[in-house]
Order: sequence, then C-alpha cells, then structure tokens
Amino acid sequence: MKKILTLMLIAVMCLGLFVGCGGSKEDAKGTLYVYCFGDYFDPALQAEFEEKTGYKLVVDLFDTNEEMYPVIKNNSADYDVICASDYMIEKLMSEDLLAEINFDNIPNMENLTDNIKTFVEEFDPGMKHSIPHTWGTYGIMYNKTMVDGKIDSWDVLWDKKYKDKIVMPNSMREGYMIAAKKLGYSINTTDEAEIKAMTDLLIQQKPLVYSFANDSAREIMIGDSAAMAVITSGEIIYSKEYNENLEYVIPKEGTEVWTDCWAIPKTAKNVEAAEAWINFMMDGGVAKTNFEYLTYAIPNRQIEDLVDEPVLNPSAEVLRNCETLRNLGAEIDDMYSSYWKTYKAD
Amino acid sequence: MTKRFFSGPFLIFILCGTLIPLGVIAFYGITDRSGSFTFDNITAIATPEHREALFLALALAFISTVICLIIAFPLGLILKDSKLGKKGFMVFVFILPMWMNFLLRTMAWQVLLERNGIINQVLGFIGLPSLDIINTPAAVVLGMVYDYLPFMILPIYNALIKIDKHVIEAAYDLGASGIQVFRKVIVPLSVPGIVSGVTMVFVPSLTTFAVSNMLGGGKVNLIGNIIEQEFTASSNWNLGAGLSLVMMIFIVISMALIEKFDRNGEGNIL
Repeated sequence: MKKILTLMLIAVMCLGLFVGCGGSKEDAKGTLYVYCFGDYFDPALQAEFEEKTGYKLVVDLFDTNEEMYPVIKNNSADYDVICASDYMIEKLMSEDLLAEINFDNIPNMENLTDNIKTFVEEFDPGMKHSIPHTWGTYGIMYNKTMVDGKIDSWDVLWDKKYKDKIVMPNSMREGYMIAAKKLGYSINTTDEAEIKAMTDLLIQQKPLVYSFANDSAREIMIGDSAAMAVITSGEIIYSKEYNENLEYVIPKEGTEVWTDCWAIPKTAKNVEAAEAWINFMMDGGVAKTNFEYLTYAIPNRQIEDLVDEPVLNPSAEVLRNCETLRNLGAEIDDMYSSYWKTYKAD
Repeated sequence: MTKRFFSGPFLIFILCGTLIPLGVIAFYGITDRSGSFTFDNITAIATPEHREALFLALALAFISTVICLIIAFPLGLILKDSKLGKKGFMVFVFILPMWMNFLLRTMAWQVLLERNGIINQVLGFIGLPSLDIINTPAAVVLGMVYDYLPFMILPIYNALIKIDKHVIEAAYDLGASGIQVFRKVIVPLSVPGIVSGVTMVFVPSLTTFAVSNMLGGGKVNLIGNIIEQEFTASSNWNLGAGLSLVMMIFIVISMALIEKFDRNGEGNIL
C-alpha cells in the first residue's frame, strides 16, 4: 500500500520535473539541481557559478530539515546536492541515502577550519558524507540595558527577576538542550529519567517565559520587548545593527553546536556538478560573499580574520563543553515529543 | 453525454484534490510507522495534553465565531439599508484586508501587540496603561476574529439583501412591531447566511496553527499546533494524521449541529 502511494506521489512530481527540465538541452555540461534551505547563500553567486563552471544551476528551497527529508527519502525528485543539518545528515546516512564524497574533486576542502571538524566527526565519522556550509552555537542574546550582573550561565533563564522577559526557542530539541546543559546531562541523552527531570526543570521555568519563538525572536529583541532570548549566534550581527544594546553570550555550561552541511544523495545524477558546487562554495572569495550576506559563521580559513567576533568563532576553551545534536531514532524522538507536549500543555 | 464530458475535470479534481488525500490521511492515521494496523493514533486524542489542546481550540473557535457573528450581523443590517451598501462599496472596504496575505496580516498584529509594539508605544505616549494581551488566548481570538470576519460578513450581507422588502412591509402592515419583524422575519430569513458564515469562521478557527503560533507566542497550544508539530518537528505523520481524523469528526459534528438551524437547506456545506 505504502509503495502504491509513493509511486503515485512520484508520478505527480515527475510531471513537475518534466516541465522543469524543458529548455536546458543546449547546455553541454548539464544542469545541477540544488536543494537547500531558503536564503542560504548569496543569490548573486548563482550567475558566478554558472559562468565559472558552465553548469546550469537550478535551486529548490525548503524551510526545515523535516520538509526536505521525505523528498530525499522517497527519491521524489532528483537532486544532485542538498543542504541539511547535522542530525539530519546522520539520519540520511543511517538510511543509506547519502553518497561518499570524492574529496579529490574538491581541492578547496583544505580551506575548512579545524575547529568544526570534531563536531562533524560526531555525526559523520570520518567526514565522508558531508561538508560544512555554515555553523554556529545556541546562546543567550540579551539587552544590556535590561539585565543586571554578568550573563554567563543558563541559570539566568530561571531567575524570577526576568519573569515575562525571556524568549525561549519554540523547538523541542533546543528546549531540552538548555535543560540538559544546566543539569550536566548530554544533550543527546536517551535516559527517560533524565528526560523527565529536564521536563520538570523546564516546567518550573515556563511561568517566566514571555514567548516561544524561533525566527521572530530577533525581532522581539530588536524591538526591546524582551530582556533575553535563546537564539543562534548567526543572528547577533544582524540584530546589533538594529539595536546596539544587544549582546550574545555562550553560557559557561556549554551549548549545542550546529552545523549545516552540503551532501550528495545516492541518487544524484550529476555528481561531477555537485562536487563543483561544493568546491565553489568552499572558495575563499565565495565564503566571504556568503558570510557578508548571511552573517552566519562560515568555517573557511580564508575568511577567519573576517569572522573575528568571539561569539561567531568561539575558542577551543568555549567549545570544549559543546555538543552536536544527534539523530536518536524514531522511538526516542517519540518519547521526547510526548514529554515536550506535557510541558507545552502545562 | 456532454454533461458527462463537462463534469470530467471536476470529477478528476474531486478524486485528486479530496478523495485521494483523504484516503492517504486515513491510511496514515490507522497505521504505525512500520505500516501495521493500529488505533493508537486515534485514541491518542484522549491523552490529557491532546484533550486539553482540543478543548482549548473548541473554546477559542466558539468565542471567535460568536464575536464575528455579533459584529457581522448588525453590520449587515446597516449595510443593507445604507446607500453605500447598495453599491457594494462598504462591503468592499470590509473585505479589502482579505486581499493581503493572511500570514502578513497576522504578523502585523504581532508587531502591533508586542510588549514594546506600536500600540503600547502609542498608549504610553498618551499616558494610558499598556495592553498586555500578546502571547495570551485573547490575542489569538483577536487574530482569528480579524482574519475570518470577512467570511462572516459576506454571506450574512448577501442573505440580508436578498430579503424582499415587501415581506418586511407586509409584516408591519399586519401589525408586527419592529422587534417582532426582526425576530420573526429578518433573522429566520437570514439563517442560511448565518449558517455558512458560522461554518466559514468556525472551521478555520478550530484548525488554525499559524494564528496561535504567532499571536500566542507558542504558549497557546491548540490541537492544530500539535498536529503541525507531529508532521514537521516530530516527523510522526501517523500520529498527526490520526489526530487530524479526530478533528474531522469534530468538524462534522459541529456542522451537523449548525445544520439543524438551517431549515431552508441553503448555503450549507455538508
């Protein structure tokens, strides 16, 4: 039954592909199909890539990893290269959906900075399937006119003084990450007793929360509507431009390091083009363009001095307590999500 | 033959746009991740966190619908008798916001209502106490009413302008008072419009997740939010589909209840 459904879906999507493939015949080198988070590289680079390599570039966008996953899983469209987060790379790898990358064809690989490698090794041992595009941490963005004392610990989120002034992430794993780090657990714990303890800790803190927000958190902070928000490091440059009172700190207990990587699906039709794309993205000049466009940290040696903000390029000391989110499997995910729902309903 | 020929595309639409997706949802709803049969996704509605989210959604949808009705009915009466109304200009003004994307409108409310948002800045400037409704159910109801009010106004207005003036005159001639004319003539004749208005406000309010996410600040957890989470972040399509099926049952029940009032059988959805 599932197969029939899948086949039907594929049939429908193929129709779309045929339409899409129309006028690309004149290109001798063929077309590269990229599947990527929305707004994740400077659009001006599209023309530069086409000119440099001779491939025609078609980019499709998605908002979340979960939206991308079924497309790759069911092979409902042929993408040559995709962008995905750490835990999703691991999930795709565990289902044998990613091809090993031939690094001989990616000479710019030497530009990759060392500090990111240990984190990639966590979810992609040997770094065979993925190459980091951007990376960052989760931390506390705060408005220095609205807090007193030094902000350097997750504990501050439990401080009753800040009731109704705290913005928490509206996503399950990031919420639990905070509680895990505060309690000294791994952010990838699978122990039900620990998950329960984290839920209780979060429930204690819930009355202090002004709102749960992901993308809109920075707007709330820029508008002075809250004193602090748990947010990713990539947002600080943008936010500071609009509100100079904002600062970002990585709590001393450690945090989550996230990495969004390029990867090549097993079903890729144009592997050569995919490698050319990854190599192009790792070029120093391109990395600079992307960094200036995105303001998210890009792990490229050529721009290391450009990304000199300590929060964007934290020291080894700070990174020592950090971990990467891992794919825990459907059963553990379900357990987390049922506890998260009791927390949200409380 | 020609009739059949012309109905072809619509049949294909019903098949592809309604029956197949419903079948897929039902299939996911009664299976687990491995594809074997189970009722767990349906009975999951009984767990406290799902039940509470469902009741909260029903309550907020009910309140929003009542508020929309209270606003729209008198408005319909005013528009019906006004000269502007006859030309359709005022109706046009009231449905004008619908030309903007609904997410944009909701996002605008978020910006307006935020603690340090425009409304509170203005209130602070003229020395009034601030309005703290963002991230509460009240803000969600406000968003629902604003977003869905045009769907209530239009059908009620259409039903009211269809009422033959002579019927009302006849009622007066036969000695009815103004209140009696309203209760015995105008209201019964506008029931079809009320029914479709109520349906068109209640159903989207009940299932929304965007409004509660933006204006509820993630603190107002409706059943729509839970279903959305299951499909996206939790990647549990089976549970999401199961809960959606339960939602559909609730919508059918609500429709059947509303339908009871509509004796003319006009403007109904079921």
